[in-house]
Formats: sequence, structure tokens, C-alpha cells
Amino acid sequence: MDGPSMDRRTTTERKSDRELIVTRTFDAPVRIVFEAWSKPDLFMRWWAPKSMGVPLLSCEMDVRTGGKYRLEFGRDSSSSAAFFGKYLEVIPNSKIVWTNDEGEEGAVTTVTFDEQDGKTLVVFSELYPSKEALDEAFTGMEEVMPEQFEQLDELLQSVGA
Amino acid sequence: MVQYAHLDDSFAALSDPTRRGVLEQLGRDDASITELADKFHMTLTGMKKHVGILERAGLITTQKVGRVRTCKLGMARLEEEIAWIEWYRRIWDARFTALDEVVEELKKKEKQDGRTKHG
Repeated sequence: MDGPSMDRRTTTERKSDRELIVTRTFDAPVRIVFEAWSKPDLFMRWWAPKSMGVPLLSCEMDVRTGGKYRLEFGRDSSSSAAFFGKYLEVIPNSKIVWTNDEGEEGAVTTVTFDEQDGKTLVVFSELYPSKEALDEAFTGMEEVMPEQFEQLDELLQSVGA
Repeated sequence: MVQYAHLDDSFAALSDPTRRGVLEQLGRDDASITELADKFHMTLTGMKKHVGILERAGLITTQKVGRVRTCKLGMARLEEEIAWIEWYRRIWDARFTALDEVVEELKKKEKQDGRTKHG
């Protein structure tokens, strides 16, 4: 409706020493955005985009309060890494809160969905138990980065060609 | 808006001419606090304070060997922080671009279904 002027930019903010926030507005009612977030077959299609470099092998999600999830990333099962945890709170079309149990000091993730005039604001927050835990989670990211940017460049080139 | 938690510290640290001088000096070579105090005609205590501010801002690192504390440039943390938050943003931007595609598809489907249902 608003065309290119509509602000759909993804913003990231380090809210505090132990909290990261990501926001984005989607041009769709909340029921649709929530569906794409809570159904495994749909979730799998966007959570690990090609540019991330590591595909999602499997995805089990029981999106309700007390339910569990398990995501497996990797090129094949021998080199895969699993991410798992449970949903602490699920309010359909409004909020999902989950734990990240694969690490000693995993974050608690909260995502809220807020519809206004047919558009949905998504606010994603990761709250770590301490500054050290957050720093630890991001250690080594710079090392992964060049490879991923290379893959992104490759992808963009192949698309552009 | 992107916010870097340590940028305020860094800018505050850079607002003082002595501290900028210390950074320039350390860009040429590592130095002890005593050497820096001599160079900038300051007391040891005064220089310690400046060094502390630069260190907290992540602009320099210090290491004590015996009784001598050596200072050297350490921009690493600032650069790393900007690098990873940018990396984080790109990951999420890629994710959300992909989510946008799924959302558009669902919207289209809903419209079609609606049309079928209501004739």
C-alpha cells in the first residue's frame, strides 16, 4: 500500500549488556505472521536462509506453553548441530517465549507480534543471564563471518547473472 | 536505530586531548604508564586515570609485568562489536526477507481461499 516508502528495515539494537533486540514490520495481519512462525514446515523455509550458509536439516516444534522444540542445522547428519529448548509462554497471535537449552547459559528469547492497520510489528529479543554469556555466544562469530559473506556474494552473483 | 553500548565510552575517552595524544603515542610504540606520564608532563596518578578511561572504553589494553604496566593500542573490542552486531543484523535481515516471502505466499493463498469460499 505504501510502496517502497514503507519502513520494512530490520533493526538491531544492543539494549543492554545482556539483551539484544531485533525489530521488523511485515505487511500482513498478525495471524499470517504468527502462522509462518509457529508451523514447522513454514518456519523451516525462512529460519535458515541460504545466505546463512548452514541449512536446517530438521525442525520439530510444539508451539504451546510447555511444549518443546528441536532444530538441527548442518550439511548432513554427521556434522549437524542441534538447538533445543521449551516454550515458556505461548499466546497465539501475540507472543512466544522460549528457552535455548543447548548452552550452559542459554538466552531466553521473546518474540511479540503487534498488529496495527493490517501490518504486524515483530519484536524479537534475546535476554542472556549475564554479559559474559552474551559475549560468549558471539565469540567466534567474526571468524564465521567472512565465509558466510562469501557465500552471500556467490548467491548474489548467481542471482544477478 | 543501532546502538553500540560501548560507543559512548569511546567518544568520552576521545574527547580529551591528552588521551588522544596517548593513543597517538601508543600508535607508534607500546609504553609504560611512567613513560607516558613523563612524555605528557603529568603525575603518575593523573596518567593512571587517563589510561583507566581509555582501557574501559576498549581503546587500549594494559598488561602488568613485574612492577611495570605496559599500555598498547587495543581497538579490537570496538571493531569486533560493530562487526558482530552488523553480522547479527544481516542474519536477521536475511531471515526476515525469507519470512516476507512466506508471508506473501500465505496472504495470496488466503485471498484465493476466500474467493473460492465466497464464490
